[in-house]
Amino acid sequence: MTHFEPISPLSVLDPRDRGGPVQPLLTIQGLKKYFHSAGNSWFGAQSVVRAVDDISFVIHKGETLGVVGESGCGKSTTARLLMHLIKPDQGEIIFDGEKVGIDIPLTEFRRQVQMVFQDSYASLNPRLTIEDTISFGPRIHGMYESKARLISHDLLARVGLDPSRFAGRYPHELSGGQRQRINIARALAFNPRLLILDEAVSALDKSVEAQVLNLLQDLKEDFGLTYLFISHDLNVVRYMVDRVMVMYLGSIAEIGDGETVFSTPVHPYTKALLASMPSMDPDQPTREAPLSGDPPNPINPPSGCRFHPRCIMAEAACSQKRPALETTRHKKSMAACLLQNRDTPIPFPPIKVSGQ
Amino acid sequence: MRPIIEIENLHVTFTGRDKPVAAVNDVSLQVEQGSVLVLLGESGSGKSVTLRSLLRLHPEKSSTVTGRIVVDGHDIMALDKSEMPALRGKTISMIFQEPMLALDPVYTLGQQIIETILCHEHVSPQQARKRALELFERVQIPSPERRLDAYPNEMSGGMCQRAMIALALACNPRILLADEPTTALDATVQIQILLLLKQLQTELGLSIILVTHDIGVAVEIADRIAVMYAGRIVETGTVKQVINNPCHPYTKGLLSSRVERAGKGERLTTISGSPPDLASLPQGCAFAPRCPLANADCRKTTPVLKMIDQGHHAACLQL
Amino acid sequence: MTPNQALETQPVIARSPGYWHGVIKRFSRNHVAMGALIVILGLILMAVFAAYIAPADPIKGSMLRRLKPIGTPGFPLGADELGRDMLSRLIYGARLSLLMGLSPVPIAFVIGSLLGITAGYVGGLTNSLIMRTIDVFYAFPSVLLAVALSGALGAGLTNALISITLVFIPPITRVAESVTTQVRGLDYIDAARASGASSYTIIRVHILGNVLGPIFVYATGLVSVSMILASGLSFLGLGVRPPDPEWGLMLNTLRTAIYTQPLVAALPGAMIFLTSIAFNIVADGLRGAMDVKS
Repeated sequence: MTHFEPISPLSVLDPRDRGGPVQPLLTIQGLKKYFHSAGNSWFGAQSVVRAVDDISFVIHKGETLGVVGESGCGKSTTARLLMHLIKPDQGEIIFDGEKVGIDIPLTEFRRQVQMVFQDSYASLNPRLTIEDTISFGPRIHGMYESKARLISHDLLARVGLDPSRFAGRYPHELSGGQRQRINIARALAFNPRLLILDEAVSALDKSVEAQVLNLLQDLKEDFGLTYLFISHDLNVVRYMVDRVMVMYLGSIAEIGDGETVFSTPVHPYTKALLASMPSMDPDQPTREAPLSGDPPNPINPPSGCRFHPRCIMAEAACSQKRPALETTRHKKSMAACLLQNRDTPIPFPPIKVSGQ
Repeated sequence: MRPIIEIENLHVTFTGRDKPVAAVNDVSLQVEQGSVLVLLGESGSGKSVTLRSLLRLHPEKSSTVTGRIVVDGHDIMALDKSEMPALRGKTISMIFQEPMLALDPVYTLGQQIIETILCHEHVSPQQARKRALELFERVQIPSPERRLDAYPNEMSGGMCQRAMIALALACNPRILLADEPTTALDATVQIQILLLLKQLQTELGLSIILVTHDIGVAVEIADRIAVMYAGRIVETGTVKQVINNPCHPYTKGLLSSRVERAGKGERLTTISGSPPDLASLPQGCAFAPRCPLANADCRKTTPVLKMIDQGHHAACLQL
Repeated sequence: MTPNQALETQPVIARSPGYWHGVIKRFSRNHVAMGALIVILGLILMAVFAAYIAPADPIKGSMLRRLKPIGTPGFPLGADELGRDMLSRLIYGARLSLLMGLSPVPIAFVIGSLLGITAGYVGGLTNSLIMRTIDVFYAFPSVLLAVALSGALGAGLTNALISITLVFIPPITRVAESVTTQVRGLDYIDAARASGASSYTIIRVHILGNVLGPIFVYATGLVSVSMILASGLSFLGLGVRPPDPEWGLMLNTLRTAIYTQPLVAALPGAMIFLTSIAFNIVADGLRGAMDVKS
């Protein structure tokens, strides 16, 4: 915790870098988390929620990986599993070539990976002043109070809040956007390499959201950060990310280059999700809902392809065989769909982007 | 034809706190029979407060409401307190953001709808149940017969919102008020609910006021949009007028700060600063401190709505 | 010049008025609660300076003056069944009554909070062990439990205090556990865990500050219950022994005079009522004042 000078955007120059730019910053292999119980554990059958069901992916150094999907798809659980806030049932998390918990101790891993939560109010201790909140992390790792305070003021300035006005304030005296800036500053206090943003801008008003998104872009460059950007808002994700991962019921439906996935989605679910976004063009409002029904419950996921009961392309085979992620035809993404190489016309209009 | 809803010079001030909070300041609007008006604004813009005034839902002790509200020929402000319940549900009804919270968890959905029908009309319970079933079919709930006997917690968020709409329609109201009805829902479900509301509007001739912060929702459903800021309407017009030709700097800012407009990684245009504190509103135009066009005049004079085009008005001194 | 140096030269930063400053400000604006607080302070002062205020000896009586009505010259509040001055006995009675009302609560507060916060934070088996044990005590009504414990320990002031303290530990534990469980689920606890803080640090910095307030408010409300329980024990002969003046005991001994001098007989009851309601109002006021959003 000695350096607070901005790191060059090239993570290669980061002294903590081990494997060079080619080695992924984070590799997830076969991550699994089932939640048991719910209901009465003494009487009646236990139900199992398959929140995250065997997912593998990588996050490259310096990129922004977006995660999208409906509620209950497991995107927030994935984030908490990565942070080790909940224990995975199975799976490996490898950080820059080192197995977390074995090669790299959890405490060190947690310094290099930080998280910003959706609820800006619940994620701040209401009894601590802003500077106490931000300097809490450095202080528990042994930094002197005066130094930690200076760092907290520096970070406040970095996230666009005047330290002389905000350092001594309490969370309830601030607006939602200001609180979210505080949360970002707190996450940065460790000079992390990976920042997990779990619906970090979803609760903000649109005009404030734009400000925070700009801030995130600036910080990424200044601090040489890598982002895992979780959101249900596809428009925000399209704007922010380099690569995107679409999740459905605890598994990955499609993952790949952001622009490719958004312009030429392969998985029927990705297509439907994109077509569900409001059209933004008053002359062409949406006429038909691309998906009927609600996101299903992860307690008893359907057999075979998780998506087949809602999929208009589904065939008999889809209900039996669970598709694996395969490289798609345009090579820039991977999708888990048995029918992805079939020459079926795209049943949904691609997302309309006004102003382009 | 007379508009079905007319609001004139509505002011709502909450007095429960230390300082009075001016939540709605001089709002006037009309809704034509069978059309959808969207009140668009950010948190604290007064959009929900305006909506709730139509049902007189504000606590009388800690709020003062002045102005004139005429709904379907009834002068809401002049009505006796005892006459309000008859109006609620029968002429106007409302749906909320969190259907799970708005529905009673200890009764089945069917019981709640039947109860509502029996409360307002003299029909037999069998007839009421038949009506409830029809309502469930109308809001497109699959296997409606079975869902009538379900409790709210057994249903997903989208189904609950459909049931909430069915409950709101139980007594054939002419006006539906919707307070952020899709905000808590996934995008895939949101579009279904919006299309359902649109369909109900055309089939039943419903007039709808919908409150939202989401421009996308407004574009999908609105006939007319009223953009609110700091308790005032700053711009109003048809959806095409407001979206394609925004005139107020706030509307312009909102529309240009959308991420949909920006290419990947480009800097977003933003409105600087944050919305004003309603307990101490600045003099003059409330948007002036954040406005790129503001001058000394803006900080003194409160702008009134000016006509830009037929049916398109904006409240800005710089126009 | 680095940004850090630039900041060092800045003037000392004004802190926002602290949390407790705000609580006091909001509390002082609540006139009813302030009135109740003044009543309590008055009662405490009365107990402390009883020797200077009381016009007569609270123990010495005279058969000639038995059961004088209120307003008798020399006996502004009458005399009791043994001819002792009621006013003096009520003033001196505040000492024992307040002692019995106030002392069990802080002890139970400390023990109950410790148990409850541990149960709430650790969760799992520890939680089950602590909370199920606590539930056993819940099976008995509090008055009955106090009487049973007091009876088992034997009559006397100390034993009465111990038994009341024991009675209060389960409800305080339960409140502490539920508040802790709730706070533990909030994101800022996760954020602290993510920054590598130990459980001890998290409890000290993030849990205590946010749970002690609500538990304290609840405990304040228990003071009135404590007074009533103590009075009850004395009434049954399990607490204070005669001739020491204590409101509960006085109520007991005067009950025979209820038909001859009902007003005099009701006076100790009125004092208990006044004190307990004052504590309840203060507890309510505190609850409101501690809500940051109000």
